[in-house]
Amino acid sequence: MNKLSNTNHPFWVIVNKEIADCVRSWRFIILIFIIALTCMGSLYTALTNIAASIKPNDPDGSFLFLKLFTVSDGTLPSFVVFISFLGPLLGISLGFDAINSEQNKGTLSRILSQPIHRDYLINAKFVAALIVIGAMLFVLGFLVMGFGLIAIGIPPTAEEFMRIIFFLVVSLFYVAFWLNLSIFFSIRFKQAATSALACIAIWLFFSVFYNMIINLVGKALSPAGMASEYQIISYQRFMLNLLRFAPSELFNEATMTLLMPSVRSLGPLTMEQVHGAIPSPLPLGQSLLVVWPQLTGLIAATVICFALSYVSFMRKEVRSR
Amino acid sequence: MCQHVIELAGLTKKYGDFTAVDNLNLNIRQGEIFGLLGPNGAGKSTTILMMLGLTEPTSGSVKVCGVNSTTQPIEVKRKVGYLPEDVGFYDDMTGIENLVYTAALNGIPKKEAREKAEQLLARVGLSGQGEKKAGKYSRGMRQRLGLADVLIKNPEVIILDEPTSGIDPAGVREFMELIMQLSREEGLTVLFSSHHLNQVQQVCDRVGLFGGGKLLAEIELTDLHKVEHGLDNIYNQYFGGGKGV
Repeated sequence: MNKLSNTNHPFWVIVNKEIADCVRSWRFIILIFIIALTCMGSLYTALTNIAASIKPNDPDGSFLFLKLFTVSDGTLPSFVVFISFLGPLLGISLGFDAINSEQNKGTLSRILSQPIHRDYLINAKFVAALIVIGAMLFVLGFLVMGFGLIAIGIPPTAEEFMRIIFFLVVSLFYVAFWLNLSIFFSIRFKQAATSALACIAIWLFFSVFYNMIINLVGKALSPAGMASEYQIISYQRFMLNLLRFAPSELFNEATMTLLMPSVRSLGPLTMEQVHGAIPSPLPLGQSLLVVWPQLTGLIAATVICFALSYVSFMRKEVRSR
Repeated sequence: MCQHVIELAGLTKKYGDFTAVDNLNLNIRQGEIFGLLGPNGAGKSTTILMMLGLTEPTSGSVKVCGVNSTTQPIEVKRKVGYLPEDVGFYDDMTGIENLVYTAALNGIPKKEAREKAEQLLARVGLSGQGEKKAGKYSRGMRQRLGLADVLIKNPEVIILDEPTSGIDPAGVREFMELIMQLSREEGLTVLFSSHHLNQVQQVCDRVGLFGGGKLLAEIELTDLHKVEHGLDNIYNQYFGGGKGV
């Protein structure tokens, strides 16, 4: 019965091949170079500014280690900002030609005429890219932790460590969303360039134009000066909810809450709600509870994209070239 | 074993208003070389895609070795090797690696697959070229590699869709001889789709004339036909003038 151990399941055969392809490709080398460089840059700013960031009575003061990921002096963005900016690029670049390049090379009909389920191919491509991205994010996260440990000499507490792990997992979901979106476009569009452009257009829309549009809407809807407290709060809530349609906003809120334990709420708070509250950090469980809607939203968006690409791929007619 | 390896019954495929394949009934026997002959756009490729379960028929049914291709494509694809027109390979993998990958998808252990790949490369006349990247292969070599790729999973049936397009005449002759040899030696059933009348005439036992999604005629090619070019007349009768495209 040695046969089982010798022959891999076809699904993992494809995953293996996809990972190998990905790691050997130039685009991955370029990306990892850019991302490693920016992470080193952000680590450098964090380390030079970490001393200045400690203020008396700072509720986050006891979470010095987390500041490695969030502190910046304004010249270079922090690690978190870099991930929220470059993560989509990473996801898009690994997925935008997933299916259409196989179609254009003529390999798609050859692979699909092998005795495998059709969804193996698309699932395997997704899993392979996710494994690569996950490995990369965790390596970078741990590198930053390692260098930080050497530089500041204060080890992270168990809670800080767990917070960082959760942050990395959330980042993975965020990148997975963009990955799925780009895989979907790679099925929809025949040309790899078109699908790449479509993904980048959506990314730019959410990172640049969406905020502008929201601001315009906000100005049009803003309550008059005489508005009651209740009206102002509901207006604020409405604007925030509009913003939350952008995946990057969900990601930012989730990571900020996870990495800054003093964040207690992501919506507007009235004076009565704040009154009497002690400015102390939340435990991890409570922070997770605060960002649970954001996490669910992010995962839901990822699943929707995947479902869309799954359905359109399963119904696609596969012709040679 | 089933007597009819491929059974098509009332097979129809519509794209909107356009009918690509129209109520097709066809049986292909065990061990024969069957030619699908017809001009471009006659519905040959669509029929083949339906046999492999790569597209769904609008109505009718396809059975390969008694297995329904639409509902159980995996079983069918285990038995059928398919060489598409202008087959593609992963350019940055060598010829051998491409074959071993296909073998792995068919659940063949790596060591066995490698040995088999070497044998098949020799068989299709590519010995010594296995370590070359598939991207460096010429069109003719790619087509030969495609044949090796089809054979590595030990199929019972092979379907060749315009396998000779883009190969020079000498290459075509060798390729056709290879197919005949394989069919005789391994007892494979071969479905050979082409618009070249003389190629079909050269190798096939039986020919189905295709036009406008319909099967116009089914002809047993006896040796008499081969000598007297009887098929020419029949072909001309249906498609008028010329020896195919």
